[in-house]
Amino acid sequence: MEPTAEHGTDRVKRGLAQQLKGGVIMDVVSADQAKIAEEAGAVAVMALERIPADIRAHGGVARMADPAKVEQIIAMVSIPVMAKARIGHTVEAQVLQSLGVDYIDESEVLTPVADTHIDKRAFTVPFVNGAKDLGEALRRIGEGAAMIRTKGEPGTGNVVEAVKHMRLMTAQIRSLTTLDADELMNAAKDLRAPYHLVAEVAETGVLPVVNFAAGGIATPSDAALMMHLGCDGVFVGSGIFKSGDPDVRARAIVEATTFYQDPEKIAKVSKNLGEAMVGINIDTMPAEERMQDRGD
Amino acid sequence: MRVGALALQGDFREHLAIIEGLGHIGVEVRTPEELDDVDALIVPGGESTTIGRLATIYGLIEPVRRRIEEGMPVLGTCAGMIFLATSTTGPDQPQLGVLDAVVERNAFGRQVDSFEMALDVTGLDGPIHAVFIRAPWIDKVGGSVEVLATVADPETGRDRPVVVRQDNIVATSFHPELTSDGRLHELFLGDH
Repeated sequence: MEPTAEHGTDRVKRGLAQQLKGGVIMDVVSADQAKIAEEAGAVAVMALERIPADIRAHGGVARMADPAKVEQIIAMVSIPVMAKARIGHTVEAQVLQSLGVDYIDESEVLTPVADTHIDKRAFTVPFVNGAKDLGEALRRIGEGAAMIRTKGEPGTGNVVEAVKHMRLMTAQIRSLTTLDADELMNAAKDLRAPYHLVAEVAETGVLPVVNFAAGGIATPSDAALMMHLGCDGVFVGSGIFKSGDPDVRARAIVEATTFYQDPEKIAKVSKNLGEAMVGINIDTMPAEERMQDRGD
Repeated sequence: MRVGALALQGDFREHLAIIEGLGHIGVEVRTPEELDDVDALIVPGGESTTIGRLATIYGLIEPVRRRIEEGMPVLGTCAGMIFLATSTTGPDQPQLGVLDAVVERNAFGRQVDSFEMALDVTGLDGPIHAVFIRAPWIDKVGGSVEVLATVADPETGRDRPVVVRQDNIVATSFHPELTSDGRLHELFLGDH
């Protein structure tokens, strides 16, 4: 008898994220940008209608990308194609799965449609979700997310929030590993996270899925800093195609991510990159413009 | 034994965890100098276009090829299989060309077509649990390549090679590093 092949298991979903480790995933809004990203060494591209900085500037409701555009991007590149769906928008996610997208980002960059997130276990395609802290990461994993990324503050070119989220998550994981078994239920209550996942992290000392950096990464040094803080890889949203020379910057960020422990190589690739995207200070940003507060 | 994993991108840490579990020393290899210091090499899963590009820029293609031609044991998994092979059925990309095979990338389809299954491999006692992620298969092999396992092409039913050996080279379409089974690592190291 022919052995049975199982699709859409946790191992298969989480396994793709493991293949992306040490790599850079780049936001693209067209097939041409996707090609530039692939040639620069991106491990995957994220298809969306507008990059976060433009969503920020234009306002209004931000939705999933036009399916025609997603198909053009899929046809253009051989690397995995991810796409964003609105938080809680099950049907956008179903549409993206039917198009053959390889990963869905249930993303706070788009306008949420609900307080509840998508039941990601019901899908064959894997999901990545943003998180500001360990509790949020474990809630999303409890819903079926197969990959986590920091939320950061997207579309700002300011990496401060991503740093904050990653440091907090690492500190919370470290503190869990010091607890006795009889303290874990209280920890789960404080983190507002599923008990079995809290107990698993306390035991292993690591998240059960791959954790990438995202939100505000604009330079090779930013990417290397996030790797230095323990991220498994990097998403770059507006940072590449909002800069003066996207191709050169994309290549430099890829190399800085691999060689994050080698300051001389980072210095070399950081020379003469042209204009970086203009940054935004988070302190002076009105609360209602903070995307990281969407979804919890 | 000092066993290196090419650490440009991909799941090299999973490979090195298995290597250490087998009692060897695991080493991350990013430069030609680090390559000089290992007795065997793993080319991990990842994105083959990314790994190929970084290997080209950082001068690793020729040194790795030379070591393999001199007989260093090498294991390539998924992207690693692609990187070792002569060519792909798609556009040109940087490859070592040491494994006499033509590889078809993403042959089983996109991520929704990725799967896991029990697989019999010649030379291993009992099936191995094989995880295929956007996996390639081998389209054509040269005469010196031994096919150790095949999977039926879901569309045509034709058996496609997914584990092959050619002298000191072992290559797999799937990811032995995603399970705790170290038998394929023992096989390429000649541990049994």
